Amino acid sequence: MGVLDVEGVFLTKNGVPILNGLSLEVWEGHVHAVVGPNGAGKSTAASVIMGLAGYRDFEGDVLLGGESIKDLSVTERGRRGLTLAWQEPARFEGLSVSDFIGATLDGENREVIRESLDMVGLEPDDYIDRAVDKSLSGGERKRIELASILAMNPRVVVMDEPDSGIDVAALEHIFDNLDTLKERNTTVLLITHSPTVLRRAEHAFLMCCGRVVDKGSVERIAPYFEQQCIPCDHKNRPEKDAAGT
Amino acid sequence: MPDLIEQLYESIGQNPHEIRDDESIARIEVHKNEVLGVHLVPGLEVDAEETEDGLDAAITVTRGTRIEKPVQVCFGMMPERGLQKIVLDIRIEDEASAAIIAHCTFPFAREITHTMDAEIRVGHGAEYAYFERHVHGPEGGVRIVPKTRVTVEQGGRFSTEFELIKGRVGTIDLELEATCKAHSVMDVKARIGGSGDDRINLNEIGRLIGEGARGALTSHIAVRDAARAEILNTLTASAPFARGHVDCKEIVQDQAVAKAVPVVEVNHPKAHVTHEAAIGSVDTKQLETLMSRGLDEDAAAALIIQGMLN
Ligand SMILES: Nc1ncnc2c1ncn2[C@@H]1O[C@H](COP(=O)(O)OP(=O)(O)OP(=O)(O)O)[C@@H](O)[C@H]1O
Ligand SMILES: [Mg+2]
Repeated sequence: MGVLDVEGVFLTKNGVPILNGLSLEVWEGHVHAVVGPNGAGKSTAASVIMGLAGYRDFEGDVLLGGESIKDLSVTERGRRGLTLAWQEPARFEGLSVSDFIGATLDGENREVIRESLDMVGLEPDDYIDRAVDKSLSGGERKRIELASILAMNPRVVVMDEPDSGIDVAALEHIFDNLDTLKERNTTVLLITHSPTVLRRAEHAFLMCCGRVVDKGSVERIAPYFEQQCIPCDHKNRPEKDAAGT
Repeated sequence: MPDLIEQLYESIGQNPHEIRDDESIARIEVHKNEVLGVHLVPGLEVDAEETEDGLDAAITVTRGTRIEKPVQVCFGMMPERGLQKIVLDIRIEDEASAAIIAHCTFPFAREITHTMDAEIRVGHGAEYAYFERHVHGPEGGVRIVPKTRVTVEQGGRFSTEFELIKGRVGTIDLELEATCKAHSVMDVKARIGGSGDDRINLNEIGRLIGEGARGALTSHIAVRDAARAEILNTLTASAPFARGHVDCKEIVQDQAVAKAVPVVEVNHPKAHVTHEAAIGSVDTKQLETLMSRGLDEDAAAALIIQGMLN
């Protein structure tokens, strides 16, 4: 059993099946990648794991440390050390970076906030008093999301495409951050479209059509990026039309 | 220093010495209908008359004068009950510039009415920035009725910001009418947080009548419990290259009710006015982001609202 287990999850949205028996076993202290085509259900899986509104009504179960967290609120999951870095993080008008990152820290923790900004490669002096609003670029906002997670120091983090919209230099920081999380024994579930990022993981899942179609070592899953979804029957599969199915 | 002055400053969380011991800071302190203190700087003229229920004052910044540090104004009432009527005639003469920071403090109010009638003229190329912060008690026993009429002459700049986020609102009926001539700028902001049975009514009208005039009316309001807010913002542009924007955001919780009516009117084909109004509960994604870091829902909502109001 993993530290995080998704067990046979079926979820429909407006009558459309999105997750079709999704199962994931995520081991403590390891980095696991999830790859798969657009629309495979990766972000949906992240929402189910975090228990977001609209993703709480499904068949199957989600376990943290062996205990079902299906009925826990987002806050309760957060307090048990499970968190999510959004693919498109929310903007907060008027909320300062320091208040955002410091939201869950006890007392005045300016040092921790500065340190976490530094870790994602943002100069603390330039960012700490800015607002987490539309004035930040997409990449800056994603790095601040990551900084807030580093400051929180979770037990398990689901990172939804931390590398999308990020420049090459910042990507190096993300790799460093993954190392840091690993040193801290934080478990990471890393959703990505990047073969380079995939290679930073220790295990990988290939998702398609709302379920895991292959899993194992990174070497096993990596060819997906060249061959595109071979094991499954996804609607975007190139040879599908040719086959006339 | 008289006791009342100390009390006024204490209620707004400020050390009176920081302001009163600095000769370069102009200030006016008023308790009910009594002028407790006035300190002027060159180019700032104040002609104040105590009336039965308040104060009738003419404030002038003379032509070409640039007052470096904001003028500090304090209007307050320490008792639980009473009436304070302020009449202001503010003239920022041509090419002059000044900022006023006004504190209106009613920390123990149970039945207080505070009215403010202000006539403001910002001269040619002049600049005037007004910031008014209210500090109310927890009882909500205040009725605030500010009425402001502003004329911004050619090339003038006017900004005003009204903040009421400390203590209960009580009732506020705010009216503002601003007329902007050629190449002038106006920026009108209100940030108010209401709870209990507070009533918030804003009626702001901006008229961009001169070529190239620019203006924005921004209202950020949060209401909870059984509070009600009604915002009517009207912006008219009737000259070429006049540009305006109306922005109204309201966050509603509990049984509270909010209404926003942004009216934009354009009477010239080369003028352009935009508006956005968003009323709703706290954004789910924002809430869930903070909750996923372990904050409970109420604390997360409070942080989001505090951000919007700040
Ligand atoms: N409310 C909904 N109603 C119908 N379909 C939905 C709804 N929400 C999501 N979907 C569909 O569910 C599928 C999975 O979406 P999801 O965002 O999980 O994909 P993803 O794997 O994260 O893709 P990407 O790589 O583009 O981020 C998509 O086909 C999407 O269109
Ligand atoms: Mg996605």
